[in-house]
Amino acid sequence: MPPFASDLRFLLPWQFSPTVFLLCVTVLALYVRGLRALRRGSGRVGFWRAFTFLLGVALSYAVLQTYLDFLSQHMFWIHRFQHLILHHIGPVLIVLAAPGPVLRAGIPAALARGLRGGAWLRRPAQVFFRVLQHPLIAPTLFVGLIFFWLTPSIHFTAMLDGRRYLLMNWSMLADGLLFWWLMLVPRELQGGAAMGYGSRLVILSIVAVPQILLGAYITLHSTPLYDIYAVCGRAWDISPMDDQQLGGLLTWIPAAMMSLVGILIVLYRILHDPEAIAQRARFDRPIEDATNRSGAPA
Amino acid sequence: MTVVRRYSPPRRSGRWLAALPVLALAATLASCAGSGPPYALKNITGLVLPLKFQLTNQDDQTVTAGNYRHDLVLLYFGYTDCPDQCPTTLTLLANAIRTLGPRAAQVKVLFVSVDPKRDTTAVLKRYVNNFGPEFVGLRGDPSQLLALSKRYRIAYHYEKPDKYGNYEVDHSSAVFIFDGDGRARLLAQSDNTEHQVASDLRRLLANS
Repeated sequence: MPPFASDLRFLLPWQFSPTVFLLCVTVLALYVRGLRALRRGSGRVGFWRAFTFLLGVALSYAVLQTYLDFLSQHMFWIHRFQHLILHHIGPVLIVLAAPGPVLRAGIPAALARGLRGGAWLRRPAQVFFRVLQHPLIAPTLFVGLIFFWLTPSIHFTAMLDGRRYLLMNWSMLADGLLFWWLMLVPRELQGGAAMGYGSRLVILSIVAVPQILLGAYITLHSTPLYDIYAVCGRAWDISPMDDQQLGGLLTWIPAAMMSLVGILIVLYRILHDPEAIAQRARFDRPIEDATNRSGAPA
Repeated sequence: MTVVRRYSPPRRSGRWLAALPVLALAATLASCAGSGPPYALKNITGLVLPLKFQLTNQDDQTVTAGNYRHDLVLLYFGYTDCPDQCPTTLTLLANAIRTLGPRAAQVKVLFVSVDPKRDTTAVLKRYVNNFGPEFVGLRGDPSQLLALSKRYRIAYHYEKPDKYGNYEVDHSSAVFIFDGDGRARLLAQSDNTEHQVASDLRRLLANS
């Protein structure tokens, strides 16, 4: 039994992060304000949409700022679970709830005026965003980060050095939000960075493959790959090989499954795409068109 | 009159910025590699926080990192009832230190107990005396020990006691090595040999 697991301290941060705390408080405050502002408009947000967003935020907070954070530093498989939440499940939930309009509606007028002062930042930020969301860069970054942080020598220093550990977790969460935003948000809401649904299906299918291969490699490897957990000590009794195999399975199956979930969501988007619906409506009139062409002179 | 339309390539503003993340990664990797020939032990300069603690030594005195300034400090976590790992590691360290000659006086091995319930100062004193004058036994209350384990990102846990109430403690195997200024420099792991530890300690002593 890990120390303190039985009492309330389980819910307290292992290492308090003012950044995570302030970010969560700000986001929640904006979201609640936004919900109230939109309550009477056409943009009213349903219960399940708000619930999905809050669940995504709560899960991401929980893996960063509870005892789970300690366990993630000292058990490989819990670290893999932490990244499953940070890079896959949390961002998917947040993005599915399309919180953008709600958060914008929640910005107080005074703050909005202040933000307008930073308008010059808009253009460089857009360029940076477009680059990260490039159809080749986004999936490379998504898979590349998983491989980067799981390279044994890099993983070793990420677990030894508190700052690299933070960088690792932040990079996973930020990239998860970017990638799943590109994959799951309806294209009419994506503005200049819009991506076609066909490309998304291709990307989602492709990114699953290296994750499956890496997960299988870790699971089936016959010696411990990550010795940092022996060097710094494990959180409770588990053999190094069991720890590694569980972690490998978490990288292999649920992470790759998220591609399938993503594909289903994209298929749903295709069926509900306003442009595609308009196109289908045009296809519904071919007989009429044909009779027109053969019968009536121009 | 003919209008000559000049070819204008499609705008691809900022595509070259794509190289930035790659460059940033490369820079991070490059910074991991230090200068000079590599040590046999893992170099942790800049990765681990400087030496800082407040604990009680085997003579019941409160000591801090300041007491070991100008010493080469080897920080190791263990417990005196440890059946295998601690005696093996401490013996290896003792043998490596013995090869240093008079400079051994500049080396201190801080053995921090992760089992302060059984490891009283008297028990610690008897234990560390087996290994040599460079060995210091340290214990702390739960909050002191917690602060230290958080700082050095190490973990330990108590296994189920047998019918006599004896239990084992599963703990980290790392030996953190700090220079005379308290900066973390090297990490000795269980697969390092006595010779590797001795030669790296000699190099650190020569540079200080």
